[in-house]
Amino acid sequence: MQLIPCPWCGPREEVEFHYGGQAHLSYPTDPAALSDADWAEYVFYRDNPAGPFPERWQHSAGCRRWFNAVRDTRTYEFQAGHRAEDDRQVIP
Amino acid sequence: MAPTSDAVAPGSRLPEHPDFLWNNPEPARGYDVLVVGGGGHGLATAYHLARTQGVSNVAVLEKGWLAGGNMARNTTIIRSNYLWDESARIYEHALTLWENLENELDYPVLFDQRGVLNLAHSLQDVRDSVRRVNANRLNGIDAEWLEPAEVKDVCPILNVSPDIRYPVLGASYQPRAGIAKHDHVAWGYARAAAGLGVDLIQNCEVTGIRTSGGRVTGVRTTRGDIAAGKVALCAAGHSSVLAGMVGLRLPVASHPLQAMVSELLEPVHPTVVMSNAVHVYVSQAHKGELVLGAGIDSYNGYGQRGSFHVIERQLTAALELFPIFARAHLLRTWAGIVDVSPDASPIIGRTPIAGLYLNCGWGTGGFKVTPGLGDCFAHTVARDEPHPFVEPFGLERFTTGALVDEHGAAAVAH
Repeated sequence: MQLIPCPWCGPREEVEFHYGGQAHLSYPTDPAALSDADWAEYVFYRDNPAGPFPERWQHSAGCRRWFNAVRDTRTYEFQAGHRAEDDRQVIP
Repeated sequence: MAPTSDAVAPGSRLPEHPDFLWNNPEPARGYDVLVVGGGGHGLATAYHLARTQGVSNVAVLEKGWLAGGNMARNTTIIRSNYLWDESARIYEHALTLWENLENELDYPVLFDQRGVLNLAHSLQDVRDSVRRVNANRLNGIDAEWLEPAEVKDVCPILNVSPDIRYPVLGASYQPRAGIAKHDHVAWGYARAAAGLGVDLIQNCEVTGIRTSGGRVTGVRTTRGDIAAGKVALCAAGHSSVLAGMVGLRLPVASHPLQAMVSELLEPVHPTVVMSNAVHVYVSQAHKGELVLGAGIDSYNGYGQRGSFHVIERQLTAALELFPIFARAHLLRTWAGIVDVSPDASPIIGRTPIAGLYLNCGWGTGGFKVTPGLGDCFAHTVARDEPHPFVEPFGLERFTTGALVDEHGAAAVAH
């Protein structure tokens, strides 16, 4: 079973985590100005690369906190992890 | 003891493996239509382009070997018991074509209408299932609601005891559903398409899509550039990668979807059983393997393998429902890459680039629609207008909001 590096608790088994999809998505700063196409982009469209992918994970069976990580979607290898509130990398 | 005269050994109805059913031509400099992806959808689309639409200057480009991707990795279940009218229409169209496919292709595809049970394990499951049965019947699709004792009649090895963790409270049943032999479906389409003049080109990976003035002009491949009037994408899990070559973003996420088979067993399992709540689905292949499917792995992935804990949960559920499987040996597990859309419905049709056509987002359910999609997508590509059966599934629905929301409605979760 894959070990996932929680920035607070350290490496734990995959079953302890919940997947949160693409990271670094922010709510539109001026929602009223968005067109239907812009809303579709925000609600439905996500990056889907074959390669490094910044994404969100929650250590749901542990500290229950969210963090960001970069994982390669071809190998599933975690390349970097960050606490969500700062950009300090926890995986070299 | 000698077998009785009507005993049929597992696998005895399987045809011989083909020596060759198609040529392996060198790619020509150009084609009227290039179909990218040599799986079931690509081959069926090419066949219908030539057979139904009269477009025979067609090539299918496959980066590996024909039907070696998801077509070789699925659990071969065919059914049309979808909730919404738009879905019911295309899947039932496909099922009708499945029923005549051996004649159509003049090739055995072993379509076996052994029926499918979709189990209900909670009161909400029961209500959703009964609603879907009624919706199916209004659409002219065969569907019944079965009480637990009737479920047991259809599938005697199923544990319908009220004492298990997720007891079977009943099931929807579609008698016309079934399975087919996936390799033979691909070979049948390949053989028929090649016979109609379609070039089937293997080991030819598309590395770029060429455009000029907002119109597609051809593709770059590992075997050189090939010009094309039209390019039809049928690459399932890798559609985002292809569309990205022309800067087109798609609302799909690619996930690993695992399946597994047991050793060969005597015929024990007479139908197809699917369970949404505990997420396992089981049938017995023609040769005798138990074929078990699971839900998708949660994370995005292109690695054609999944997480072990998904297999563990799937087998836990399978053993509770089928105690008879407890001593079966597992032979192998694998994963395909499925592209899941936000409303769990496919995305088919034209793109903002003229001459570039999209067929993706089938998620976990692309195999069952193979003949129907081939017919309707070929129409869409040849005439540059969506076939009425696929029109509701255009990319524009994510902007208009006219979603076909089959998440949780179509008798399987994604």
